[in-house]
Amino acid sequence: MLKDEDRIFQNLYNDMGADIDSAQKRGDWTDTKEICAKGRDWIIEEIKSSELRGRGGAGFPTGLKWSFAPKEVGSRPHYLVINADESEPGTCKDRDILRFEPHKLIEGCLIASYTVNAHTCYIYIRGEYFNEGQKLQNAIDEAYAKGLLGKNAAGTGWDCDIYIHYGAGAYICGEETALLESLEGKKGQPRLKPPFPALIGLYGCPTIINNVETIAVVPTILRRGGKWFSSLGRARNTGTKIFCISGNVNNPCNVEEEMGIPLKDLIEKHAGGVIGGWDNLKAVIPGGSSMPLLPKEICDTIKMDFDACVENKTGLGTAGIVVINKDQDIIKCMARIARFYKHESCGQCTPCREGSGWMWRMLERMAKGEATRDEVDMLMDVTKQIEGHTICAFGEGSSWPVQGLIRNFRDEILERNKYDPMVQKKKSVPYLVDQHLLEKENA
Amino acid sequence: MSLKKISKDQPESFEFNNKSLEAAKKIISNYPNGKQQSAVMALLYIAQRQNDNWIPLSAMKYIAKMLEMPYIKVYEVATFYTMYNLAPVGDYFFQVCTTTPCMIRGAYKLVDVCKKKISEKESEITENGKASWMEVECLGACVNAPMIQINDDYFEDLNEEKLEKIIDQINKNQKPKPGSYRGRLSSEPENIRKTLLGNKNA
Repeated sequence: MLKDEDRIFQNLYNDMGADIDSAQKRGDWTDTKEICAKGRDWIIEEIKSSELRGRGGAGFPTGLKWSFAPKEVGSRPHYLVINADESEPGTCKDRDILRFEPHKLIEGCLIASYTVNAHTCYIYIRGEYFNEGQKLQNAIDEAYAKGLLGKNAAGTGWDCDIYIHYGAGAYICGEETALLESLEGKKGQPRLKPPFPALIGLYGCPTIINNVETIAVVPTILRRGGKWFSSLGRARNTGTKIFCISGNVNNPCNVEEEMGIPLKDLIEKHAGGVIGGWDNLKAVIPGGSSMPLLPKEICDTIKMDFDACVENKTGLGTAGIVVINKDQDIIKCMARIARFYKHESCGQCTPCREGSGWMWRMLERMAKGEATRDEVDMLMDVTKQIEGHTICAFGEGSSWPVQGLIRNFRDEILERNKYDPMVQKKKSVPYLVDQHLLEKENA
Repeated sequence: MSLKKISKDQPESFEFNNKSLEAAKKIISNYPNGKQQSAVMALLYIAQRQNDNWIPLSAMKYIAKMLEMPYIKVYEVATFYTMYNLAPVGDYFFQVCTTTPCMIRGAYKLVDVCKKKISEKESEITENGKASWMEVECLGACVNAPMIQINDDYFEDLNEEKLEKIIDQINKNQKPKPGSYRGRLSSEPENIRKTLLGNKNA
């Protein structure tokens, strides 16, 4: 287990208060000026050496992302945008940072703005987090009052303004280009990439977009050194991460742990174990609803980091762990996730807009046992038609959980859905598309 | 994309009151010159707050004029995002999260309570005008499941009896207390916390 002094979010459970005085006692804002005085290149190198990977789901190296921003400001200003549109089912880590550790985020915003030459930073918070947004706004006001933001912020000689922008209940706005569209006052429909936002982003200007947790860990990394951060976890999967453990566990919780902690340790030690005991475990969704689920055999041994998850055909995503035990109907759980994606598809690309509805309806029928045997393969085919055929990663996000279900629980679906395929029944069903195959004279 | 019914009873006109106007001006100034369209989402919220938690079409026209953008663009935004109510809702607007993490901890039992105590169908306002409910997708408080949002506040760690009590309180004109209904202050593991104990005792 990680030592307490190595935990970055000391106030994760709000033992000490989120106001600026308590935050300064914990070490926030102590030497922001000195850190920035070391220069942009030093900051980027330090973040690169810490091997910090983005905490929003994709795991893109943060130092590399920052180095994509143009070195000199041209005719267009630069922007920093913080993605606090946390909507992935199973994930609630950013909420705790916003309400209990806002100063870590704000200080990170200042340092990141300085590093990527941005004078303006927008924090895009999901609309449902109204109270959390108010708490963050209070923290921002406190920082302005102390001269830590605004003109010559914290004595760094850099002007930095932070504004909050509330979303309004669209999951898709967590996708970075959809978020930019939304920030510009349009429908949140993702843009084609390239051009990447680092060159053409908000209002057509160079824009760096980072997750809340990524930015909030930056000041601590710079204080304690990239080497310290990279000494935790293993190569390419370094540092600490907030895990959200929800679902059928005795004590659902958020906990900050070292990368690469065994999943079983997380569930047994921190979350009080699976309801009904470890043997009652059915499956675990390891990284928010868009990541394929893991069956119990893999859960016994898997370590929670980016690469280990990919080796097991899933992903760490946002580290929102949803534990499902044997009392639940796994097909129904996945049908509900499919309904989520049907509801949240932005409607821009046909495969996702139509396919997400198909997947939901087929899974609902499978949960009731009304499907035919061959429909399992048909469903797999539908997911393959969506995956990779959409503008943004939502296509993958909606089809992977269904693929994970079919890959791991195919037998269970087939056991429940025993109807013979319609074509083999030799029934005359006029609306069946491939009816002509049955009629020899038409063949 | 969600299907939304737009109210048939629309007020003739809509204007921001002084308080709303001030808030709107402050928000518009957050964005660069000429990019005032960015403020459309915030202005829709302000209109919603001013108008009993729903947005009439005349408010969209008003906002479109204010931000110098076509009315249809405001309409697009208002219908795309789910948090804008385009028809009246109850004074207490219950949003029950039923996505998988909440579902496996019993969210549909909360839906049954809402059906029993508020209205059989979603988005129907009770006779006294106090409450209406709807199912929503993940509200991002999964470790405090099952939970509901009533207006701006989160009510966490619920079960049927506790939700029934909340509805009874509302019917008695009392304001229910937001937060966890099992006494948790945050998202810490109840009773078995093993981390940051030094801070807890400090």
